[in-house]
Parts: sequence; C-alpha cells; structure tokens
Amino acid sequence: MTTVRDRTQAAPTLPRLGPLGWARWAWRQLTSMRTALFLLLLVAIAALPGSIWPQRSINPTRTADYIDAHPKLGPLLDRLGFFEVYASPWFSAIYLLLLISLVGCIVPRTRIHLTQVRARPPRVPANLGRLPAHARVEVDAEPAAAVASLRAAYGRRYRLDVRGETIAAETGYLKESGNLLFHIAVVGVIVGVAAGHIWGWKGDVIVPVGNSFADTMVSYDTLSPGPRADPTQLPPFSFTLDKLDVSFEDQVTGAGQFGQPRDFTAYLTTTAEPGATPVKQVLKVNHPVEMDGATIFLLGNGYAPIVTVKDAHGAIVYSGPTVFLARDNNYTSSGAIKVPAATPKELGFFGNFLPTGVITEHTGPISVFPDVRDPKLALGLYEGVLNPSGQASSVYTLNTKEMTQVKSADGKDVLRLWLSPGETVTLPGDRGSITFDGVTRWAGLSIRHDPARNLTLGSALLALGGLIATLLVRRRRVFARVTPRPHGGSVVEIGALAKADDDGLQDVVDRLAAAVTGAGRLPR
Amino acid sequence: MDANTLAEYSVISLYSAMAVLTLSMLGFVLYLARAATARDDARSGAGVRAVDRELVEARHGAGGGGAEASMPDATDAVSAVPGVAGERHTGDAARAARKAAGPARMFAWLATLLLAAAVIMRGASVHRPPLGNLYEFVTAASLVVMLAFCLWGLRRNVDWLGVFVTAPVLLMLGMAVTLWYTEAAQLLPSLRSYWLVIHVTVATISVGVFTLAAMVTVLYLLADRAEAKAAAGTPGTGMGARLMRVLPRARELERLSYALHVIAFPLWTFTLIAGAIWARQAWASYWNWDPKEVWTFIIWVVYAAYLHARATTGISKQRAAYIALAGFGCIIVNYSIVNMYFVGQHSYSGL
Repeated sequence: MTTVRDRTQAAPTLPRLGPLGWARWAWRQLTSMRTALFLLLLVAIAALPGSIWPQRSINPTRTADYIDAHPKLGPLLDRLGFFEVYASPWFSAIYLLLLISLVGCIVPRTRIHLTQVRARPPRVPANLGRLPAHARVEVDAEPAAAVASLRAAYGRRYRLDVRGETIAAETGYLKESGNLLFHIAVVGVIVGVAAGHIWGWKGDVIVPVGNSFADTMVSYDTLSPGPRADPTQLPPFSFTLDKLDVSFEDQVTGAGQFGQPRDFTAYLTTTAEPGATPVKQVLKVNHPVEMDGATIFLLGNGYAPIVTVKDAHGAIVYSGPTVFLARDNNYTSSGAIKVPAATPKELGFFGNFLPTGVITEHTGPISVFPDVRDPKLALGLYEGVLNPSGQASSVYTLNTKEMTQVKSADGKDVLRLWLSPGETVTLPGDRGSITFDGVTRWAGLSIRHDPARNLTLGSALLALGGLIATLLVRRRRVFARVTPRPHGGSVVEIGALAKADDDGLQDVVDRLAAAVTGAGRLPR
Repeated sequence: MDANTLAEYSVISLYSAMAVLTLSMLGFVLYLARAATARDDARSGAGVRAVDRELVEARHGAGGGGAEASMPDATDAVSAVPGVAGERHTGDAARAARKAAGPARMFAWLATLLLAAAVIMRGASVHRPPLGNLYEFVTAASLVVMLAFCLWGLRRNVDWLGVFVTAPVLLMLGMAVTLWYTEAAQLLPSLRSYWLVIHVTVATISVGVFTLAAMVTVLYLLADRAEAKAAAGTPGTGMGARLMRVLPRARELERLSYALHVIAFPLWTFTLIAGAIWARQAWASYWNWDPKEVWTFIIWVVYAAYLHARATTGISKQRAAYIALAGFGCIIVNYSIVNMYFVGQHSYSGL
C-alpha cells in the first residue's frame, strides 16, 4: 500500500508554463537544429508534386487538360493545391516556418560569434592530456625559449593568448563566419525572390513581323504585375519587329534531331521613349535586349498565314496576317480567322496552318517539317454569330455556340479547304471567296522587370562563398603549457580540440611538438 | 576527317572503353576476393601483425604515392620470417591480390583515356561542348567519375573502391549507349550559350563526385554494420563479411564520404546558381519551377539536410548517411525519370 502512495507522491510535478513560457518553448522547438532538418526534408517532399503534375502558373492549358482528363482525381487535387504547389498554403507554411527557424538560428548565433571573435581564446585547461589530441615532450630549452619557439610555430592563422608559460590559441573563426554568412544570404535570396514578385512585373505578347509594339498595359496579350507594381507606369519604350530568322535541323536525320530548332534571331528597332533615336538591336534566345526598366526576351515563334476574304461581290471583308499557334514540334499550327464583316452572316474559319503540309489517312492534315517548305492551309468554316451576347472569346479558337458548320457544295459533307499559297477558293452558297496570299512569322516576346534580381543573385553568390568557407575551414583550439624541469630544460604539454570531427588535429599537435623539440619540420 | 566519321569513332572509342572497363572491373573483383582470403588466412595464422600492417599500408597508402614502393618490402619481411606457420601461403595470397589490382588499375586508366577520347571526338564532330543531351551528359559524367577515381589512386591506394566505381560507371555507360543514344547534331537555340559549358560542366563534375560519395557511403553503412556485428561478438562468416575486412574502417569511410560530399555540394550549389543565371537569359525568369529545376532544388535541399544532420549532435552518422543516399536517389531520378517523362523546359534529352 505504501508503495502505491509513494508512487503517487513521486509523480513528477511539471513546472507550469505561462503564455510566455509556452512561447519560449515553441520558439526553442522551432529554432532547434532537428526542426530545421525536418523542415528541410519537408520542403524537398513538398516541392515534389510540382514536378509531377502540371502547374497552372507555368502551363495553364496542360493543367486544364489534365483536370478534364481526370474528372475524379483532378478537382480533388486542384482543391488541395497540387496544380499551384508553390503558391499553396501548405508549401508557403513550410518555407515560412523554415525562414523563421533560419532567423531564429542566425540571431543568437551571430551574437555569440561576435562576442567570441572579440574575446581572447579560453583559458588553458588543467589537464591537457585529456584533450582528443595531445602530446608531451621534454626539451633542453628553458621555459621562456620554449614558449618563444612555440609562439613562432603556431603561425599567423592562430589567435594567440600567451599568459606566462601557457599559450591558448584558436583558429578558424571563418568557419562560423562563413556559416552565418551562408544562412543570412539564404534569407537574402528568399527576400530577393519575394521582392521580385511583389515589385516586379511581366508581360507576354505576340508580335508579327513588321508590326510595332508600344510598352503600355493594353498592348500586352497578358500582363501580370506584382501586387505592388503599377501597370499604368510601365517604361515608355517601343519597338518594331523588322525581321525574324529561323533555322531548323535538316542535315542530321536521326530520331530526336531532325527538325529540331537550331536558331531564332529577331531584328528589332527600339526606341527608348517617344522622340528618342531608334536603335537597331538583335534579339536571340540567349541574348535578351535590355531596355531602360525592362528586358525583352524572345521565347517563342510561329506562323501567321496571310489571307484575303472577299464577299460575293468581290469586296474585301478581311485581309492580313492571322496568328496561328504551333501545336507540335513540326509547327502544325492551329488558329481561327474571324470575319465579322462578312454578309449575310459572320464567317469563322478554323483549322491548321502547315509549314510543310501533307495529308495522310490516319493523321489527317499534318506538318512534317517546321520550316516553310510546302505551306498548306487546311480550313473548315462556320457561320453565325462570332461573339454571342458580347462574350469575350479566345483569338485562336471559334466559339461555335451560335454558329453552324458550312457544308460542301454538294451538301454531303462539311466544307474542307486545302489551300496552297496564291490559291483562291470560292466558298459555296454565294459566301464569297478566300485567298491564301502567303505566310509571315511572329515572335513570342516576354517583357519583364525584376527590381530585386541583383539582390537575389548577390545573396546567392554570398551564400556560396559562405558555404565554401564553412565547409573548408576548421575551427581548432590548440593549447600549450610549459613547465620547468627540476634540473634545467622544460616539459611542454600540447593539447588540441576541434569543434567538429577533425582528423588533422593530431597532426597539428605533432607539428608543434616537433617544432619545439627542434626535430625539424614534419610533413605538413 | 568529316563530322560523321568523328562521331562514329567516338562511339567505337566508347564501346572500347566499356570493354576495357569490364576487364578492369573483373580485375578489381579478383583483387577483393584475393585480398579477403589473404586477410582471412592472416587472421588464422601467426603472422597476423605483419600482414595486417601490410594490408593497412596497401589500403591506405603510405603517404603521397609511396604505397607502391613500400609494399614489396613488407611482403618480403613476412615471407622472410622463418618458422611462422602459414606465412608462405599468406604472402602468396596478398601478392596475388596485388597482382590482380595492378592490371585492374591500368585498365581503369586505359578505359578513362578511351572515354576521354570518345567525349572529345564527340565534341569535335559537332564543334561544340559535348554536353547537349542526356547521352552526352552521362558519358561526360562517367568520365569525371573515372578520372577522379584514377587520379585519387595516384595519391592513395583506393583499390578497394575499384569494383564499386567501375561497376556503376559500366552500368551508366550501358544505359547511355542502349537507351539514351542520340545522334551527334547541333544544339537547340536555348542551349546555345557559354552558360552551357559553365552550368553543365560543373553539374557533371558535381554528379561525378556525388556518385563516388554515394558509393563510399554505401560501403560505410555496410562496414559499420559488419563492425557492429563483430563488436557484438557475432561477426559474419560469408563472403560479404570477409569482403568488409578488406575495406577501410567504418569511421574512415564515413569521413571519406563526408569529404567527398563537401566537395560536391558547393559544386551543386554553383550549378543551381549558374542555372538560374542562364535561365534568366534564356527563359526570361531565373526560376520557373520547371521539373528539372524542382529536382535540382530537391537534391540541393536533401544534401543540405545531410550536412545539417551530420553537424547536429544527437543524430547518428548512420542516419545522416541514409539522407545522403536519399540525395543520390534524387540525382538518379533527376537524370532518368525527370528527363524522360516529365514535361518541362529542360526537355532536350534528345529522346
């Protein structure tokens, strides 16, 4: 019975934690090395899904296709943020915790390090023989001479603290400095990335050859300004796309190489601001054009077939290049030619432009080479209302909700047009005609501004420098004590310890011992 | 010589390298087998000390390049001791092991030179650095691994590592020629940049060193287990257990593994930074969360976790080693699955 009572009495009484205590406890947990390690591994795992599933911010079309193709899994994954992993709450939560943990580790360590850097090396321990690396030698030199030769042997890399006949020395402060620099610079990278998102902006635009672009909000096909960027205050430059040269592989015929792009070069005439002198510049894939306040990148290209549509009386109702988007590596390009001026009903052509077109039985019309070798235009035709009830619709597709497909003259099949350059086809039922005049190219340009780019890059390079320093430098404390022997000469005890696992420690001790005995220089 | 002939010679050179590498691997297998036997016999015989010392020297090298010279003396010393039971046999076994290691090392050098020739001819045939697709990358990475191993062998004796280097390299090359072969051709516009040389060369070196590091890490874990068993009084008796005794001590293997990781990790960090600089030039944004970028980041984070774990008191070296191996697993995924199946801007593997 007594034992039972004893046990109840012996139950540990936990100290009560107030709110402050709990906060301190949470802070300690969060900033511990183990938590940091756990969070690091968690970031790695959390980043994974973004490489497996298509991401909306990178490829919205593929994302939408995926969700359509997986009616059950798709919406569920979508709700969990798997299509926007790097903006999802759970990913953000992990890296924010990591950031806090990082700061929580940097601040106290910097304080300690600054104190240590200014402080003298710690006192010589009483028993040097207990240190992980040690040596004891007897020399004929008197203590003062022995101390002097030890001092010289330490070299410049040690901070020495000589007190009488003891020497305390420390080296490798750079290890901790580098470590702190690395962690601070990682914070710098994160801040730089965030600042770039907040104050930066990016816009994408398709410009056909011969067309001009003025840098204003409305000129862009898409413009994504950061939350703190003002899209009405874009830098006032403009440019004309004079020419676009492309070349594709046609020498090597092996799989995976034939038809691969080899070079894209765009020729621009840029104007820094209205009234400024125009400058001719070359824009290539790896050579962006730097403007004041933004950079122009060449990211894509494609074809814009030029067609002329006439009505039954021969009046031109549509003429000019229409941008088609490439769907595959051979630039089978799809698009829509919308003719709202057609009578009696609005006309909408849809279909493919094929730079080197063929028709095979099982593929239908398809391009077999990306360059213009045998251009064809394969079109179908709808008539009706192009933009039902004012709905905005894509430039590249028809909204056929209030349209009907036009049939061929004999009424048996839908109308299929197959046009070569220069060819004119009369549309059935007095709908006029369409002429395929030729084709021009367009350049897909991305124009971006990231004000924090240099902060990010600088921080990343500092992090690398810090990393190298912390991995290569060794922090060591090497102590020595010289005591006189009764009948002349002295006993020299040397001991060393390192912060981390250090297999060169005994060498350091041996070298000092050799130096003081005058045994010459040991190898390294 | 025209481009096609050069490209063909490059392939011939690569196949020759693989053939020679196979011989080298067999030599190293023979070395391990014989060294294990020698060590076993030495344990049972009376000449334990001398042979142990000899093997220790053979394993660790007696300082800069002197290993080769010092070994015959040691063997002779053992053989010369009269009346020690089994000493003749022991000396024979140790000598036989060395006999196998010599040609193996030579074949490794020859394979490395052939591999270098293959890489150089491939580059010459297309007038560009041969780092434009997966086939070229794997070939170059194999060259880095082999070169590192051979050069390392000049400084200290690493014959014990031979099998564990030649076998994976052979596997990698085999995959490259059978699965990933891409005909020599010019580069995609996005790859036409001097950053290709900087970014991909450093990535190649880094992956090469990570591969060596992973091999040493696996050996460390095996050696550590064997030592733990021996300490518990139940040492293994199989061939595997005997092989373990030829390896350096677990503690030294662990340090070696860490040293290699310490070389590879900053190189990988540089790869990441150089890639970001290049991505900004080619794709307008320094970070696009492209699958390859994601995996480069994941690899970086996992190896960072390894270094972190190793510096954290209370986390065992074994556990840290497993994190390092997870990092290498990510590298394998990055260069196989990600290249072949994930859609992204790095899709230039030519497959």
